[in-house]
Amino acid sequence: MSAKTYQKQNPAFYALLVALIVMSIGPILMMLMTSFKLNVDIMSDTVGLIFVPTLNNYEAALCDMLWYEPESVDYCDPTFGRALINSLIIALVSTALTLVIGCMAAYALVRFRFMGRDTVSLTTLMMRMVPPAVLLVPVFGIWTFQFEIDGTRLGIILIYVAMNLPFVIWILQSFIVQVPIQLEEAARIDGAGPFQVFFLVVLPVIKPGLAAASIFTFRIAWNEFLLANALADRNSRTVPVTIVNSLTEYDIDWGVIMATGMLLAIPPIIFTFVASRQIITGMTAGAVKG
Amino acid sequence: MQTANVNRLTPYLFLAPAAAVLAIALLYPIGYMIYASFLDWNPSQRIGEAEFVGLRNYINLLGDESFRESFAVTLKFAAIVVSLEMFVGVGLALLLDRNIRGMSLLRTLFILPMMIAPIVVGLMWRYMYHPTVGIFNRTLKNLGLEPIPWLSDGDWAFASVIIADVWQWTPFIFILSLAALQSLPQSALEAARIDGATGWQQIWYIKLPLMMPVLVVTCLLRLIDAFKVLEVILVLTNGGPGLSTEILSLRISRTASEFRELGVAAAMSNYLLILLLVLTLGMFLYNKFAETRALRLRAEAEGAAS
Repeated sequence: MSAKTYQKQNPAFYALLVALIVMSIGPILMMLMTSFKLNVDIMSDTVGLIFVPTLNNYEAALCDMLWYEPESVDYCDPTFGRALINSLIIALVSTALTLVIGCMAAYALVRFRFMGRDTVSLTTLMMRMVPPAVLLVPVFGIWTFQFEIDGTRLGIILIYVAMNLPFVIWILQSFIVQVPIQLEEAARIDGAGPFQVFFLVVLPVIKPGLAAASIFTFRIAWNEFLLANALADRNSRTVPVTIVNSLTEYDIDWGVIMATGMLLAIPPIIFTFVASRQIITGMTAGAVKG
Repeated sequence: MQTANVNRLTPYLFLAPAAAVLAIALLYPIGYMIYASFLDWNPSQRIGEAEFVGLRNYINLLGDESFRESFAVTLKFAAIVVSLEMFVGVGLALLLDRNIRGMSLLRTLFILPMMIAPIVVGLMWRYMYHPTVGIFNRTLKNLGLEPIPWLSDGDWAFASVIIADVWQWTPFIFILSLAALQSLPQSALEAARIDGATGWQQIWYIKLPLMMPVLVVTCLLRLIDAFKVLEVILVLTNGGPGLSTEILSLRISRTASEFRELGVAAAMSNYLLILLLVLTLGMFLYNKFAETRALRLRAEAEGAAS
């Protein structure tokens, strides 16, 4: 890989590449396009690459958060705006908590060696194995009757943190292992306590790992539907829950629902473009390094 | 004296929050679920008021025609989806493992489908499968062909769900196998090339065997996730028409929320967990075996090259 020489490929190869790209992002582009269409354009018979783009659908979805009164919306439904705020709070708080807790645990597991790495990977794998659907019944029961935190954001955050912790610990572990112990020893000789060593020496070094872990956690918390649906009440609903609730058998308002879908998809898409390298590292870390 | 104490306690202090959260919000619920599966319990009752019915839920489920159907659908879905994705994903990785401009952009575009919410994936595909405004039927109509009942016919609905999943998750396998390919020992490949191995021979006798451990792990991860798929199917078909796409996760959630039988749903969850446990352990053991074999192969390959 030293000299960046690119091999010449034959045209069929490029054709294949283009086809693959179209296949992988085509559906997303189609959603984006539909979200800018009026319902008339969506229903019209002509295959529409040409249409007058409109923001009506977004205005309808976000109507109570805009600084102006959109003319196109006669009745403002605040559900979506509220759900967006809930989703943001839940995803951000649970990501932050998972990272802090997971980081400390990963550090302890690596540096103080109570368990072998094999044990931790096996545990992680086991935890990853548990489908959210399996957690549905017990989490509903416990949250409602014992902790009495059903219908609150806190309840949803707690289960997301628990769901993501094993994976985050596992990923961060593989990064912490690579931090040279001499670095920490030097800090300790200079008089730093264990917490100072951790926060001032170790954390800055494993930044890429933290980025990967936080993207994965955020993605799960932001996208999750099933448990949020079981736990949330009217005031703590997240975006995926509102989207599913607004899907009816017939007469779907495609324009608005595509706009909400697009709003839900935007943060992960931005992350993907900003940090694709970290995402790929995170994805491959487990499988390739074992 | 005091510092020594703090130092000795540090690891536990660092571990305590994680241990507490996992115990309260993951292990306890799983234990709770196992207990709940022996109860006749509906959501308006506290668990203490529910009647203990022993193994009745499990036995009833075994005799339940639609549960068995669901179980079969789940297995069929997972098997088809994983084998298709492995085949296409690994094939593409072998094909695209070249030094081309823009490879990193390509990988970025490929991971988009798995980053966006499954709910949204379901939404996009439901729109495309729409009988009148969807792009597939529109194209068919423009070509003068009969429209296809994508989501309203049992077999087609099953195929549609599979297509959507393959679209979303093939890139995962592609990226992992590409990473595996690029970490292969170059010396072995070079040696094979010098010995005059054709492209196919290189793939078949060198690349694939050396990639095997990674492929097994990838396959395992994908298989586990295939049993978790729920949102896409929920949005696309909600298990219908009939039971044709009702996978177990979906059935569990419907048993809990629509039929309000938490005990039965818990018993179903346990069946699903047992199935996954068997699969995971099986693959894990196989992987250990494959790893030792690959290490030997690798050593031989490197030995032969030098």
